[in-house]
Amino acid sequence: MNGPFDFTLALADDALVAAQRLGEWATRAPEMEEDIALANIALDQLGAARLLLSYAGELEGAGRDEDALAYLRDDREFRNCLLVELPNGDFAVSMVKLLLLSAYQLPLYTALAGCADERLAAIGAKARKESAYHLDHSSLWVKRLGDGTEESHRRAQAALDLLWPYHHELFTADPAAPVDPATLRADFDAVVSAVLDEATLTRPETGWAPAGGRAGVHTEHLSYLLAEMQVLHRAHPGAKW
Amino acid sequence: MTDPRAAVAAVVDPEIRVITIDELGILRAVDEDPATGRVVVTITPTYTGCPAMDVIRADIRRALAATGHPDAEVRTVYSPAWSTDWISASGRAKLAAAGIAPPAPARTATVVPLTLAVRCPRCGSPETEQVSRFGSTACKALWRCRSCSEPFDHLKAL
Repeated sequence: MNGPFDFTLALADDALVAAQRLGEWATRAPEMEEDIALANIALDQLGAARLLLSYAGELEGAGRDEDALAYLRDDREFRNCLLVELPNGDFAVSMVKLLLLSAYQLPLYTALAGCADERLAAIGAKARKESAYHLDHSSLWVKRLGDGTEESHRRAQAALDLLWPYHHELFTADPAAPVDPATLRADFDAVVSAVLDEATLTRPETGWAPAGGRAGVHTEHLSYLLAEMQVLHRAHPGAKW
Repeated sequence: MTDPRAAVAAVVDPEIRVITIDELGILRAVDEDPATGRVVVTITPTYTGCPAMDVIRADIRRALAATGHPDAEVRTVYSPAWSTDWISASGRAKLAAAGIAPPAPARTATVVPLTLAVRCPRCGSPETEQVSRFGSTACKALWRCRSCSEPFDHLKAL
């Protein structure tokens, strides 16, 4: 990555794409309370994404606002990690994904709250409080699924095996960034290991580590997600209701 | 002309209509430029994605326009981050009277632990349980009273 614009955009895109995926659960979650919970978490992610996108637009100085950045970029211009763009899949996949994401975002926003950039510090201080709830929520579900029935355990372990390779990308070192993602790894490992132990889930061996999201090289899933997210704005620029 | 501070402070939260934005702690400042008379209001959101913010901004402008300040500016700040500790004593009393259990003091730890003993706002019993950590708005959780069986909202400590 290169400079505060790219860094801010990467964080914004993580939150924006995560919000869009979580929003897909609305009316489809396994119970009504979960429907409300996932919609709330999606809203928090969207809130953080809006603040970060607006700031990224200012850093770039090319006159792009949050809407221009969210709706008028193509997949190759998105900087989100691959983890957040993967399809929702099974409910266990979504919960393990949220665990990995929030166990990364919480220490990230916490570190951001103490960084030298005042705007990022303010956003971090605000967003970390919300992240703590996301981590709490996903941890409870992963424990419940992992330490639940034989079937829920099987699905939770399958979800973990599927997603684990993708978390490495989150911690790619970037010493020049306001917060070097590599420094967040210890916090992430401590939190996730404790949850997995309690959930009786086996942490997969480290092997394949797909990456490319931060450089704009994505899976095809992002293109479909963006098509749905951007279609209205592209068909009717500036539409309001 | 009416005092602009009083006009803005009386604006109610659009999602929890029993409490004013001042009591909720999201109204940070009301400043008046002595030279031009232009009013600048500073607010902060409860949650980053709070969908009520646009309505709150519109309501503030409307309240100020009605008191002779049609060109007011509403600024949104994010630092310091809003905390439920900023809800005033009168605000807490109004929440409880409306059947919404007020928040416990906010924790400073990075991981939010389980809140202990939320009292039922209807019967006062501490025999309550959480139904969902997320409720009808970003700032609330769903609870149920085991004594009187009533469900109720609880404003989450943040």
